[in-house]
Amino acid sequence: MTLADIRTRLASLEGRAYWRSLEELSDTPEFREYLHREFPAQASEFNDPAGRREFLKLMGASLALAGVSACTRQPEEKIIPYVRQPEEIIPGRPLFYATAMPLGGYAFPLLAENHMGRPTKLEGNPEHPASLGGTDLFSQTSVLTLYDPDRSRTVVGDGEVRTWGTFVNVLQAATMSRRPIKGQGLRLLTGPVTSPSLIDQIEKLLSGMPEAKWHQWDAVFGARQGGAPAALPICRFDKADVVVALDADFLGTGPGMVRYNKDFASRRRITTPETELNRLYVVEPVTTITGAKADHRLAMKARDVHGFAAALASAIGVAGLPASTAAAQVAPWLTAVAADLNKHRGRSLVVAGDTQPAAVHALARAMNEALGNVGATVTYHAPIAASPADGTASISELVADMQAGRVDVLVIFGGNPVFTAPADLNFAEALKKVTVRVHLDLYHDETAELCQWHVPEAHFLESWGDARAFDGTVSLIQPLISPLYDGRTALELLAVMNGMVESSAMDLVKDYWTRAFAGQTSTVWSLRSADGAPYASPEAFWRHALHDGFVPSTSAIAPPAAGHAAAAPARTPSSPTAAAAATAAPGAGATAGRAGGAPATPPAAAGLAAPAPAAQTGMEIIFRPDPNILDGRFANNGWLQELPKPLSKVTWDNVAYISPKTAEFFSIPIARVGNGANDVIEIRYQGRTARMPVWVLPGTADDVVVVHFGYGRRRAGRVGTGIGVDTFGLRTSKAPWFDGGAEIVRTGESYLIASTQNHFAMEGRHPVRAVDAAEYRKDPKVVAALGHEAPPKTMTLYPVFEYTGHKWGMSIDLNSCTGCGVCVAACVAENNIAVVGKDQVSRSREMHWLRVDTYFEGDPAAPAATHHQPVPCQQCETAPCEVVCPVAATVHNDEGLNDMVYNRCVGTRYCSNNCPYKVRRFNFLLYSDFHTPELMAQRNPDVTIRSRGVMEKCTYCVQRINEARIDAKTTGDPIKDGVIKTACEQACPADAIVFGNLNDPESRVVKLKQQERNYGLLEDLNTRPRTTYLAVVKNPNPEVK
Amino acid sequence: MSQIFPRSANALARASLAGVLSLIAVLGWVVFTLMRSSWVTKQHEFVEQPVQFSHAHHVGGVGLDCRYCHTSVEKSAFAGIPPTKTCMNCHSQLWTNAPILEPVRASFRNDTPLSWTRVHDLPDFVYFNHQIHVRQGVGCVTCHGNVDKMPLMYQAAPLLMEWCLDCHRAPEKYLRPREQVFNMAYQPPGGDRPVEYGGESYADQLALGLRLKRDYNISSLEHMTSCSVCHR
Repeated sequence: MTLADIRTRLASLEGRAYWRSLEELSDTPEFREYLHREFPAQASEFNDPAGRREFLKLMGASLALAGVSACTRQPEEKIIPYVRQPEEIIPGRPLFYATAMPLGGYAFPLLAENHMGRPTKLEGNPEHPASLGGTDLFSQTSVLTLYDPDRSRTVVGDGEVRTWGTFVNVLQAATMSRRPIKGQGLRLLTGPVTSPSLIDQIEKLLSGMPEAKWHQWDAVFGARQGGAPAALPICRFDKADVVVALDADFLGTGPGMVRYNKDFASRRRITTPETELNRLYVVEPVTTITGAKADHRLAMKARDVHGFAAALASAIGVAGLPASTAAAQVAPWLTAVAADLNKHRGRSLVVAGDTQPAAVHALARAMNEALGNVGATVTYHAPIAASPADGTASISELVADMQAGRVDVLVIFGGNPVFTAPADLNFAEALKKVTVRVHLDLYHDETAELCQWHVPEAHFLESWGDARAFDGTVSLIQPLISPLYDGRTALELLAVMNGMVESSAMDLVKDYWTRAFAGQTSTVWSLRSADGAPYASPEAFWRHALHDGFVPSTSAIAPPAAGHAAAAPARTPSSPTAAAAATAAPGAGATAGRAGGAPATPPAAAGLAAPAPAAQTGMEIIFRPDPNILDGRFANNGWLQELPKPLSKVTWDNVAYISPKTAEFFSIPIARVGNGANDVIEIRYQGRTARMPVWVLPGTADDVVVVHFGYGRRRAGRVGTGIGVDTFGLRTSKAPWFDGGAEIVRTGESYLIASTQNHFAMEGRHPVRAVDAAEYRKDPKVVAALGHEAPPKTMTLYPVFEYTGHKWGMSIDLNSCTGCGVCVAACVAENNIAVVGKDQVSRSREMHWLRVDTYFEGDPAAPAATHHQPVPCQQCETAPCEVVCPVAATVHNDEGLNDMVYNRCVGTRYCSNNCPYKVRRFNFLLYSDFHTPELMAQRNPDVTIRSRGVMEKCTYCVQRINEARIDAKTTGDPIKDGVIKTACEQACPADAIVFGNLNDPESRVVKLKQQERNYGLLEDLNTRPRTTYLAVVKNPNPEVK
Repeated sequence: MSQIFPRSANALARASLAGVLSLIAVLGWVVFTLMRSSWVTKQHEFVEQPVQFSHAHHVGGVGLDCRYCHTSVEKSAFAGIPPTKTCMNCHSQLWTNAPILEPVRASFRNDTPLSWTRVHDLPDFVYFNHQIHVRQGVGCVTCHGNVDKMPLMYQAAPLLMEWCLDCHRAPEKYLRPREQVFNMAYQPPGGDRPVEYGGESYADQLALGLRLKRDYNISSLEHMTSCSVCHR
């Protein structure tokens, strides 16, 4: 099947054509066969080598014993009470504490649920400006990393288990010996750092030893190509009517992604057909979740983005630019975008992506200034991370010094540079020349292997610390559990180097903020409560900040309520940066426009005239971190491994994306059959090669190969070791994000990829509905007309049940949903959902109760749009699964929930066969881990852990409903709307999911369901789903042709 | 050709058919009875504990309220097992040298918790909640029996699902006024000893129960027998 064939088929379809995958479009007989089997690929076949006769004999025996097994006595169970019970603990009730997860140095604010001293689930901190209650993928799954049995457990010195005391002596001796020579030969390597207390400790160390140097590297958050942007933009997507993203995945990556999702979604939410939507233009080489939300998207090579930005800047009248015009084919598009931007002066926003060079950022800023957006939709600030800039330059300098023998002592604070450093630097070889090598990390990884000393790092849920959010808000990190394996934090290690051996991590953090309160720190902080009042004492401040999890007055953007001038508080955070940059890593801080005494809003002009990256020829290679495991740091997290990656829905592997046209050019089949084999290609680039499976992703720019890094770990742990392909070998310090001159060659080999893209398909029965805003405004009924008519409520054989009490329902807004998958991760964490592994996923046996279906619209080479649809159990009022269960294991309750009773289920799977939505999951094997003691502590005690042979599915988080109902009955008040939040709803950064009582006319869910764009999935089957969807309303620009 | 089977084989065949059927019936009865036997339910079974704690002495004799030790019974699903500190509140003054209390003192001294064996052990897929039951007028005695007369703790009720449902289907049979929930000596109304509630005198448990059901806003039968109320 070729692209032309697919196009012919597509043209024959009526109306808007949505398709989940190229396989579905090609509609081969093999694919149809695959689709029509409920559980494909031998899942339903008995393939035991013992044979059928043997099987029947065994079955007979087990049947006979089945009844007897029910008579076994329960094993004895112990109750261990406290010796002295802490006052605040009520056994059986969780406590919530505010904390934050540092990622790429930035804080992701959280509330941690703690059951009797065990953190089990993380939620967003609803009061924190960087979260507003939403979370991201990595926070949701980090609780599994905490309990990971493969975490490093002991201090290792020269391959032997050592004590912390021994290590302290070694580290102190190494540091002290460098003091007389002003720290010559002493190097620190960290990731990006925003933590004020850590910066303080580093400053203290470096001020005593001016020759020592501080380097930074982070393959995801620190790698720069073409220099770092001079200033940090903080965007207000809620105020922008028109957004242009220049290769910027602001919804899917970056420290502000949770807040940006909230703000962006607030402008995609429709209450009436008249609601004005924002409009998003995206220019990017590969579809990101931001690109998938675009009203207009242009696939373009990453190296052409600068040219496009320059042409756009010229078109909107940015002065002082060399004349540039866009390529002919994008010119009309660009003209329309420029006109739209000009029409929305002060209400538009141009954002540049972190993978783009500083020049593009400068152009974006120049455009924002020309359009009068600065101060309205975006503010520019001095970078919040200390000596941030250019991690690529910083690590290059470090490696050069190591090679030259100028480094005697290297302390690596977290990270895995041996695995992630640019390939051309040959970090591992250089590292061996360092005399004393110390590594602090959660895992005994590739880097630990090459260091004499390895110290287990404390997980952030075990440690004291602080970090700053994307907007500068200081967020405190407090431990939820004492370190499981005697882990230490970077702060403690630095304190040892500073001679403060006795200080605990809490003392160090508290001491810093006590000094900060008294104004004795190098940075002067304005520490005020949310209402602007000063605190009475340092203790009052500390307790308050710890309780809230953050200090509101430290935000770089002034809270509007407080009425500060926007620039005033921003001046404060600039100083640590400046100070650190000045003392720490001159090499790293050498980029334009960020000199020592950087003012709050650094000058804009810098970099504008910088030439675009030299024109490159040949196929473009683009590097992207794996969306789930990033640079491999989360490789041992089974939840992240099994979570389908956005758009491709690949699990457990990394793939190279190419466009359908490119595939055809290289004679790579564009459609696979089922979970059959994917072609393996060899990527050749600058004399380096890598072989990896290829994935044809619609929406990718032509003549581009997108390589994801992070896989192929050699020492990750039992989950992450040896899976996927290590592509760091292709990534150099010259081009960490994109470059020309790549080649791909079909190898003829094939490789099995476990992608859930085609699992549980609903066979094109209008599952997703999308209309244009103008259409919808003209006639709101247009959404209903897109599907078949639902039969009348009277048309049923069953007696009608009156729901008099609560009547639970859910509304999912497809217009806000970005398909990020946080809801799935939250569901996994809340409901003890098992990880099944790649082999089982490839057999369609993944256990996720909630899946996010992706639908493409239009031509495969350049899809007009991409839609996402989260599909949990629809909780049908007339549920088809219930009538076919022979043992009544799935029945309705009086509130409309389709209950699943695990202890009754005998595993016939009839229910799943009869479910039109394919949302039921069966435990084919014993997937839940009942034996690893570390993992037992992670589980939610309010949810049963399912065993083999049992069907399971979404329960609307019935444990949360029950808890709220019992509490309401105890106080005698009704359950207020919004008190019960399902795990998916609570986690969603876009607020796309709303749960509530359909019998309460004032509830949000009732109001949403009254909208004209509300529709039920496969409503025509008369299942009466309680979960309904709000159709996508796109806001295209009529000028764009 | 002569017949292979003699005439008597018919009788034998009939007998064996009847025999098989009755064997199945007997087996069924055995399983049915076994399931409900106290051997399986552990009803009335004493359990070895680290300390021979006597509810009869502490509740019946001394007159401690249930909530002195089971502090979270009104606030949480779990009623709470007292920390060693609660024992030592009194036993740092009373019976300070009693050998029977040595494990308690050792626990307090060494900061190592006592390890009790659970007496009322529901299967793990059952999510029982104390808070709502005591709130809605289910007395402690109703499920736990007269613990004030138990020198050693044992499980008074079978704790089978049918036993739970007996009350969930008709709570009026067992409800008592909220004030009487923790009262060990409370007697349900009988002909000669009526119970005062809400200014009225009730001589009949069903009448009282129905009144309480209304006053306490107890859920409907459909709700109380919904699976997800207890299983999730």
